[in-house]
Amino acid sequence: MKSELLSTILFLLFVALTLGITVWASRQTKTAADYYAGGRSFSGVQNGLAIGGDYMSAASFLGIAGIIALSGYDGFLYSIGFLVAWLVALLLVAELMRNSGKFTMADVLAFRMSPRPVRTAAGVSTIVVSIFYLLAQMVGAGALVGLLLGITSDAGKMWTIIGVGVLMIVYVVVGGMKGTTWVQIVKAVLLMTGAALITLLVLGKFGFNLSALLGEAAAQSGKPKQFLIPGLKYGTEAQGLAGKIDLISLGLALVLGTAGLPHILIRFYTVPTAKDARKSVLWGIGIIGIFYLLTLVLGFGAAALVGSAKIAAADPAGNTAAPLLAQAIGESFFGSVGGTILLALIGAVAFATILAVVAGLTLASSSSFSHDLYAHVFKRGNVTEREEVLVARISAFVIGAVAIVLGILAQKQNVAFLVALAFAVAASGNLPAILYSLFWKRFNTAGAVSAIYGGLVSALLLVVFSPVVSGAKTSLLKDVDFSWFPLSNPGIISIPLGFLAGWIGTRLSKEYNAAKYAEIEVRSLTGVGAEKASEH
Amino acid sequence: MTTKEHDTSVYEEVQASSEFQELKRRFRAWTFPMTVAFLAWYLLYVVMSGWARDFMGAKILGNINVALVFGLLQFVSTFWIAWAYSRHAEKRIDPIADKLRHEVEEKTQ
Repeated sequence: MKSELLSTILFLLFVALTLGITVWASRQTKTAADYYAGGRSFSGVQNGLAIGGDYMSAASFLGIAGIIALSGYDGFLYSIGFLVAWLVALLLVAELMRNSGKFTMADVLAFRMSPRPVRTAAGVSTIVVSIFYLLAQMVGAGALVGLLLGITSDAGKMWTIIGVGVLMIVYVVVGGMKGTTWVQIVKAVLLMTGAALITLLVLGKFGFNLSALLGEAAAQSGKPKQFLIPGLKYGTEAQGLAGKIDLISLGLALVLGTAGLPHILIRFYTVPTAKDARKSVLWGIGIIGIFYLLTLVLGFGAAALVGSAKIAAADPAGNTAAPLLAQAIGESFFGSVGGTILLALIGAVAFATILAVVAGLTLASSSSFSHDLYAHVFKRGNVTEREEVLVARISAFVIGAVAIVLGILAQKQNVAFLVALAFAVAASGNLPAILYSLFWKRFNTAGAVSAIYGGLVSALLLVVFSPVVSGAKTSLLKDVDFSWFPLSNPGIISIPLGFLAGWIGTRLSKEYNAAKYAEIEVRSLTGVGAEKASEH
Repeated sequence: MTTKEHDTSVYEEVQASSEFQELKRRFRAWTFPMTVAFLAWYLLYVVMSGWARDFMGAKILGNINVALVFGLLQFVSTFWIAWAYSRHAEKRIDPIADKLRHEVEEKTQ
């Protein structure tokens, strides 16, 4: 049997299982709290796994393993930023948000400020961040499935994107947060099991001697002297000072962006109390940390056992490093049948990974559209729960459809930068608004609106005028050059700008509500009046 | 599922109480300096990855070099801070927070 066929069968099993869960979840979804927050009834461990499921995207699984396999150490740099970022979420955001919010990021801001302008700003930012991230995943799905299943025609890739899009719409529209969370949990378990299995085999191959693995990886990489130190991909010596500052800029966006990502923030609402939110982030940190340690072995293992040249020949970005490694290690332990089975397994895990992440993003953006923009801005709060949930489902459908169309249109573009841009916007706009709102007494409506739009617009504009969009060989637009900003990551400028805009906006407005600040401060720290889990 | 409208003066009373101020102090005195510390520690790592490559490439044991150990230490510090925070919160924050919550909930019902 060919691995493509086996991969497809395994993937269809995953789809059947998750669709079953989705239908089951839909029967339990009655209220708005059920749809948006899974009834707040998940345990800390379950939500911790779901956090891992939402966060460990195909970009971090196949992407980081690929970067390590081709550029060595630099891939590790990326994963460290992704991990340390969770401390910001744990120490400053998770519990306080759980205590003071309800369904979306905007709930925390709207608490003590004029609700319509801040909900509009937060809703726009949520949808922009989620769509960027979503688009990157959709285009990635087309390319990836092509590589794994040997589908090379444009029509084949288009149907793949449509298939992924339709499934994600079904998960979100039918299953709501409860269904989506279970999809994340199943995916996280599969991904961790698959990655751990391959890692054990790779380490076993080298007699559990890490130094021997690294030595072989460097030897097979074609760049033995530089492979184990930073600088082959980010901030190379050839790029000079700008390249190194770009590296810092990327690092800042990674470490500060996570706690401002809408699909991560709404995870904190799915548990009964702030203590469970803390527990879920602790579990999330454990799972995500171990996962990145596994990808380190996978990446170096792929370089050592497959060889960088062969990996680059299969895909210049290295996205097939992990599948190729699975095949090679399977063959060396269990013969060609073993290679086929492990390749199929990792292929199926990769599909599950993409599908779960896009579902989480669709849920976050449609929830914000319905709860923030429709119910509170357009209807000024005069909606029934039923109507709000219906609108959330319709908007999930529409956002999913838009993502499919954009994904097909952008199919041939290199949109990997959109992930880094989503992190930069989240760090520059959302994070300042959330932190000021929770910790700064004087903060007000003008400040929140300035922080969000200031961070959002500055991050977007800097990218538009960077080499990412024009003026370089790798640019989106190759024939024109209107770039003047030298960095491809805007964070180092846009993050301080977002914080500064929030501060200036606040100072320029006299508005200040002492009573409301007292309320949010007491509620966020003690949990008084926090939304309770629904009873079934 | 809608939130009850509370009398805000209760919150201002609680906010002004010495017990709440102690809770706030214990929370901020731990999390704020720790945030500055781990961000500085992480930035040091990123800056050294950009500007101290000879040092990062120095071998410690076999092919294991400073860069790898420094990176792994970021994992160790992240796991340690997460664990230490949960201990701090359980011992020093949760008891006061729980007590205040019960008091306020009794007053507002």
